[in-house]
Amino acid sequence: MLRMPRFALESPETLDDAVALAARGARLVAGGTDLLPNLKHHLERPERLVSLHRLAALRAIALDGDTLRVGCGATLTEIAADPRVRADFPSLAEAAGAVAGPQIRNRATLGGNLHLDTRCRYVNQTELWRSAIGGCLKSEGTVCHVVPKGQNCVAALSSDTVPVLIALDATLVLAGPSGRREVELAKYFTADGLAHTLRQPGEIATEVRVPRPRGPRACAYVKWRPRASIDFPLVSVALRFDLDDERRVTLARVVAGVLGSKPREVEVPATVAGKRLGEVAALVADAAYAKCKPLANVPYDPAYRRHLVRVLTRRAIERLATEPAPGGP
Amino acid sequence: MSAPKKDHVGGWHKKLGAMDRMRGLAKYTDDLELPGMLHAKIVRSPHAHARIVSIDASEALALDGVAAVITGRDMPIPYGIIPWTQDENALALDKVLYVGDGVAAVAAIDEDTANEAVRRVKVEYEVLPAIFDPEEALRSDVKINPYSRKGNLTKEVELEFGDVDGALAGSALVIEGEYFFEGTTHAAIEPHCALAKVDPDGLVTVWSATQVPHYLHRELARVLELPARRIRVIQPPLGGAFGGKSEPFDLEFCVAKLAMITNRPVKLLYTREEVFYSHRGRHPMRMRYRTGFDADGRITAVESQTTLDGGAYSSFGLVTTYYSGQLLTAPYGFGTYRFHSRRAYTNKPACGPKRGHGSVQPRFAMEIQLDKAAEALGVDPIELRRRNAIAADDLTINELRIGSTGFLACLDAVERASGWKERRGQLPYGRGLGVAGSTYISGTNYPIYPNEMPQSAVQVTLDRSGRARIFSGASDIGQGSDTMVAVIVGEELGLPLEDVRVLSADTDLCPVDLGAYSSRITLMVGNACLNAAQELRRKVQGSVAKRWGVEKSRVVLADRQAIDREDPSRAVPITQAIEWAESEHGLLAAAGSYNTPKDRHGSYRGGTIGASPAYSMTAHLAEVEVDDETGEVRVIAIWCAHDCGRAISRGLVEGQIEGSTYMGAAEAVLEVHAVDPAHGGVHAGPSLLDYRLPTALDTPAIHALIVEAPDAQGPYGAKEAGEGPLHSSIPAIANAIYDAVGVRLDELPFTPERVLAALEEKRKRERQSPREKLPLVAQAAEAEE
Repeated sequence: MLRMPRFALESPETLDDAVALAARGARLVAGGTDLLPNLKHHLERPERLVSLHRLAALRAIALDGDTLRVGCGATLTEIAADPRVRADFPSLAEAAGAVAGPQIRNRATLGGNLHLDTRCRYVNQTELWRSAIGGCLKSEGTVCHVVPKGQNCVAALSSDTVPVLIALDATLVLAGPSGRREVELAKYFTADGLAHTLRQPGEIATEVRVPRPRGPRACAYVKWRPRASIDFPLVSVALRFDLDDERRVTLARVVAGVLGSKPREVEVPATVAGKRLGEVAALVADAAYAKCKPLANVPYDPAYRRHLVRVLTRRAIERLATEPAPGGP
Repeated sequence: MSAPKKDHVGGWHKKLGAMDRMRGLAKYTDDLELPGMLHAKIVRSPHAHARIVSIDASEALALDGVAAVITGRDMPIPYGIIPWTQDENALALDKVLYVGDGVAAVAAIDEDTANEAVRRVKVEYEVLPAIFDPEEALRSDVKINPYSRKGNLTKEVELEFGDVDGALAGSALVIEGEYFFEGTTHAAIEPHCALAKVDPDGLVTVWSATQVPHYLHRELARVLELPARRIRVIQPPLGGAFGGKSEPFDLEFCVAKLAMITNRPVKLLYTREEVFYSHRGRHPMRMRYRTGFDADGRITAVESQTTLDGGAYSSFGLVTTYYSGQLLTAPYGFGTYRFHSRRAYTNKPACGPKRGHGSVQPRFAMEIQLDKAAEALGVDPIELRRRNAIAADDLTINELRIGSTGFLACLDAVERASGWKERRGQLPYGRGLGVAGSTYISGTNYPIYPNEMPQSAVQVTLDRSGRARIFSGASDIGQGSDTMVAVIVGEELGLPLEDVRVLSADTDLCPVDLGAYSSRITLMVGNACLNAAQELRRKVQGSVAKRWGVEKSRVVLADRQAIDREDPSRAVPITQAIEWAESEHGLLAAAGSYNTPKDRHGSYRGGTIGASPAYSMTAHLAEVEVDDETGEVRVIAIWCAHDCGRAISRGLVEGQIEGSTYMGAAEAVLEVHAVDPAHGGVHAGPSLLDYRLPTALDTPAIHALIVEAPDAQGPYGAKEAGEGPLHSSIPAIANAIYDAVGVRLDELPFTPERVLAALEEKRKRERQSPREKLPLVAQAAEAEE
């Protein structure tokens, strides 16, 4: 069995204590379903872990006027099953419910999933394996095996919830040594696979805020994986269409994951406005195909995955066109 | 006699030890802890091919808690499961041959210290050119395995039966095809684990998650240079093996040697990564086939050329190379046959036997060839197979004597259960049915090392408490061999299973059995056990008959009683009967052994390899759905009818059918065991995240159909059930994909990329010559559009 490096473990009961510990350089554990396997691979060797498990305040899911507030400590199982989430944000419930398998979702939290480390086939391996290829930018080496001569790490953003929450205009609340701040998730991720979020040392994500739809809306999350469970997404696209009372498109958001470390917002042609969903499926799918160029950072042929972006996006929109829009007042 | 009781032969049994496993009480090897035990780890090579210039263990030895470091020099005697190809060392001597090859081993007070010591062992390598392609290896001057005698050729077999070229020339139809089966591995959930201790009197005991305690015993004696009597091998309960634990591995030698050096118990549990490196899984095979048919679809000639990618060591490769041709000659008769198989060394984890050893790959090719022929001849694929089926007691073209065959009944069963007649050709485009058949051995006629001793033996004792004890050498690797012998003893002595104790796989306490491989145990150990149990039964019957003053044949043992057949009101408890017998004979003990018949194969060189006392027969019928836009294949259902001769325990047979069929379906659509030549030959992903086994959600509905054509060679007529039901699962899926969307998948696995590429290729062809060779189903679909 792979062994984790030795570490000290703290389980603070208040957010202030947690922030104080985090500020001293401890590594946060928000479920651990991503971190602990990475520790077994010795991708990190933190001396101190701070578990957020006992911060009960972070687990709440609440409707607050026009905003849904989801605590970062809520488990993916809780989010996938929550009636308010399912009613107003079906794509979020879908994405949370599509992560890994049931046992992992029972442990994994929203905060953990948002901060899932980027993944790469050349990184998420054992020490011996990595030593056989001389490491890489994200591990012990100086080269990139995905983009030879590349200077930036292109490890893949593999979170299922991130693209969906960006498409839903969600914001993230962070508590840090100098107080709280709220950031748009759309601006929270960077194209650097080594440090792909703007979370500052000592900051703890406490809550995600998602504005409730003001009118009819159709949302979906596309995830492709070889198996029906367990696997990380190898293609992911979050779709959101705001509709008028005639169910014509007023706003379209398309956000793709897994390409590099930063989710990609796909610009949708303005011509979709005023059209029905069934009429824009191919158009939006083609736009997604044009903008999404998967890399060999995860398994399965990049050209094939790119093809899937188009096919699965189109199908998801066609499916939305035939379903009554859930949610919306 | 009344119908068989549920406890006895042909019934449903609760598998021995199942509740312990379900409740987490079973003690697997890694659950064993001994006082003062050390933990061992192995230093492994990061290079696919390199000369070891030097090994400096001083920094490791300087670490607190490190007890010993050993290298190849501490165990220089080579070993190998096949006596003619002993080409590996417990740890590399001068060269490493693949990424993951063992170089040194450390023992320390705990795993973390051992791991740290591994990091501190400095190995200087001189990197050598590595070869990952078997054809290139056969051409190359770079010699991979230092013990090799013929460059990188580990084995070559060429056999011809009849005038193949003449038969092909005279055939009404010749189908040619090239097939590639990329390797797969076993992925047993329990990683390999071994624990050794040395008694003060010098006895070395090794507990190991092995399926061949006897061969391990022999090889330990050889490499450790100890007499076999000073070594004891015990196999604790196993968490799966599937052929992946059927030869000695580095860890077993290392723990034994380290225990001898440190005088403390030493344990080593492989990481999942190491399980992938130890491998011994299915060989990648590239196979070229030409199959001739007469106008009625009878097979006139089969000609094949096969290249096996063996990896760094021979393992069972000599046998695999023979099996790649020898096991193809049933359930269909061949007019003539020639095969030429070559196995090459490459700088990869060594291949070996995986469930359906050596014959799953050629079966894939053969059954697609038949499907292509059926289409070309306009014959129903099941009908084509019926026309070619060999009959009971036939001699195959390569002179194997087939005993019983229920193959036609297997075809009938899957045809009926799947609704083939009504549904085939009626399914919408994208959905299809495919059929395939196969056969497998029930053990090999000859043991791995030549000898004339029994292949299997058991001792059975019966005591006055009314309890039977079986000492069996057989390895229960989850397949239920302990249950099998208990059922036989229960049947013969009229005891329920709970009154039968089985002690197995301990080389100090149990007689020799050669191990759990080649599907040999039910037939061989079953026969041995039956002999012993019948001897005891006769003694008990005789003693009772004497007391009653009746003929022995009137005494029946059933339901914990001895009963007078002609006057059932006269009965005594079995304990009384045993007491009478024990008074008369002393301890009631019987030894049973089994050896194979030697007259069921040809006398040509190689004619003994592939020969078995009896052959199981199988038919699979798969239903698939193919997404023609994404290339994804969903296997909806598989019907598998398997002729096991006689189901001694129905639930266990069904379990084997389901498990085998599942494993085949997994190899068909998901599993690939490969290295990455572009990155120095590292494993493509040595973890269960990257090596994808189907989850429950990805598993088709499997319908297990038991067919029984009792064979005179088997106990109660029983043949094997553990491996046969894997083979045709794969080509049935390939043929179903063709039925669904009209593309042939001649390379495994049927990944969505590959299926999509085949579909695009077909569309391109159709654009060039529209509608020409469209299958009927596809034409119908087009017409609808």
